[in-house]
Amino acid sequence: METGSPRPRGFMNRFHRDYYGGALLIFIGLSAVYMGFGYHIGDLRHMGPGYFPVAVGSIIAAMGVLIAIGARSHKEIDDEYLAPEWRGWICIVLSIVAFLVIGHWGGLIPATFAIVFISAMGDKQNTVKGAFLLSAAMCLVAWLVFVLGLQLQFPLFTWG
Amino acid sequence: MLAQTLHDLLQGFHVALEPHNLMWSFFGVLIGNLIGVLPGMGALSAISMLLPLTYTLKAVPAILMLAGIFYGSQYGGAIGAILLNLPCHPPHAVTCLDGYPMTLKGKGGTALGITMMSSFFAASVGILVMIFASPLLVEIAFKFGPAELFSIMLLGLVAGGTMSKGSPVKGIAMTALGLLIGVVGTDVNTGTQRFNFGFAELSDQVQLVALALGLFGVADFLCNVNRMHIIGSGMKLGLRDMRPSMAEIKEAFWPMVRGTLVGTAFGGMPGTGPTITTFIAYAFEKKISKHPERFGHGELAGVAAPEAASHSKTQVDFIPTMSLGIPGDAVMALLLGALLIQGIQPGPQLISEHADIFWGLIASFWIGNLILMLLNVPLIGIWVKLLQVPYRFMFPSALFFIAVGVYSTNNSIFEVGETLVFGLLGAVLVALRFSVAPILLGYVLGPLVEENFRRAVLLSRGSLTVFVQRPISACFVAASTALIVLQLFFWLRGKHIARRDRAVSRMQHQEGEAAGGGTQSA
Repeated sequence: METGSPRPRGFMNRFHRDYYGGALLIFIGLSAVYMGFGYHIGDLRHMGPGYFPVAVGSIIAAMGVLIAIGARSHKEIDDEYLAPEWRGWICIVLSIVAFLVIGHWGGLIPATFAIVFISAMGDKQNTVKGAFLLSAAMCLVAWLVFVLGLQLQFPLFTWG
Repeated sequence: MLAQTLHDLLQGFHVALEPHNLMWSFFGVLIGNLIGVLPGMGALSAISMLLPLTYTLKAVPAILMLAGIFYGSQYGGAIGAILLNLPCHPPHAVTCLDGYPMTLKGKGGTALGITMMSSFFAASVGILVMIFASPLLVEIAFKFGPAELFSIMLLGLVAGGTMSKGSPVKGIAMTALGLLIGVVGTDVNTGTQRFNFGFAELSDQVQLVALALGLFGVADFLCNVNRMHIIGSGMKLGLRDMRPSMAEIKEAFWPMVRGTLVGTAFGGMPGTGPTITTFIAYAFEKKISKHPERFGHGELAGVAAPEAASHSKTQVDFIPTMSLGIPGDAVMALLLGALLIQGIQPGPQLISEHADIFWGLIASFWIGNLILMLLNVPLIGIWVKLLQVPYRFMFPSALFFIAVGVYSTNNSIFEVGETLVFGLLGAVLVALRFSVAPILLGYVLGPLVEENFRRAVLLSRGSLTVFVQRPISACFVAASTALIVLQLFFWLRGKHIARRDRAVSRMQHQEGEAAGGGTQSA
């Protein structure tokens, strides 16, 4: 089962992740409450648009506090150490950003090529040639399936 | 009423068997199965990836196709679980326990055959329950006002949060986060823009597909890149291996029936996901078995019971989803979202106003499960090959499909960016050991919860007691409270036991040391 869902955890192995989880929730909850106050809150009789966000934000923050308190109680050592995967992470994020930018300025085919090629380079076992062939194949699929088949409204090539 | 139901059902078969609808149902099953088989792709990613394809269709074929995708990918996931020990869809985690050992024994084909048999049987029972229970539930549901709707959604959210995997506090936090994400956009009552961070594109809610594909697609790739190494088992499976012998069918029959019953019993409870159901079915089977020691080493009952439970559970799960508009788990939430996109509001009115959709869907379940069986017998060889597609080729291609799929929803590049943001958020949350599925549940129910809460309190002139004064609503509130109290109880008891165990082991340790010291000095 271990191959099923390996999680990126190594880089924060030393600290307790529930502290971070709790802190993140407290941050999200409190920002929601803060922003909710910016919209009109009203009272129970006349609820404004801010009422529900403030309520939900407080619940999130409260849960965050509970999680952070609970983090202290279990001290079992975590499972195996997993090294951070910076190359994979950066490539995946970059590939989507590339799709955004190139899709906007360059059209579907260059964007397809970019997202497949860049993300494929994130895997250590992929060669440049393999990634190139895969991207080319995907461009063909993009043209056949999405442009010819589904008539997607996305120009194939554009300039600026 | 029965005659009316049967008449409606017949009408449903008529709708589902229209060549046009049948074709889309078939296509859905095929493509769902294909994607479900791919390593790392579960039912959730399969449905959300293919959701945009259904926008161009009319409501009936769209929902038939989505349902087909759903059970196709569910079955595809079972193939990966049994042959490669890969639980891509969480309910299959239990199937791995005995399915994979069977593969190691060279009985993988039999396990698949039994899985298929169990799922078909369980789905048929689930469909029957659905046919007879839905009209009853609808009758009750028509009595529902905003207070009842709010309380039952609350129950669904609490159950979905606390009974999902992992700690209940984290589950509730994720559900609430989903509610918050559902708030983004224009407030229906006042037109105020909430949480749009200055983006005009966000005024019309966060996109369902962008959220789902971010949380279940991109986040998964971020977690698995360079870490997923699948060694193809290199086995060949033919048609003949799939056919279980008479003795094996006999062995699997009662576990299958019991699993189905467990699944059906849990199906009615909103928020209990299929994963818990499969675990309970497995544990139950192990308990009453004459050879509990054989479980985990390739026992047929360990495959038949959880698979049957998961299929009957999902089938019955459609009842609250369709008749009340309250999804039981993330997959149902996605299907509900798809219905909303089609302009159909699930709820008691659905069955009377869109009878063709409801009964057509029920009929198509049965037809779809039949197609699934017919399809898998000849195609199993191809699925085995697909299982060996290396992850390094799969995820870049899937990323492309995700990006184009999200774009095609509204022809908007902005939403691809949303996917990225939710992908990063999802990866961080998964790394912090949160389970992200309740987010989707909260997101889909969020606007409905807010709307009904506001309406109920407005009608009661600002008094919160309305939720406990009305009897039906009070029941749901009581059930939610009971759930939370129970969870708290188990949590405290677990802590108590852990502390006692620690104390005991420390004492034993000290005694051991003392004894060790004693022998030394002697």
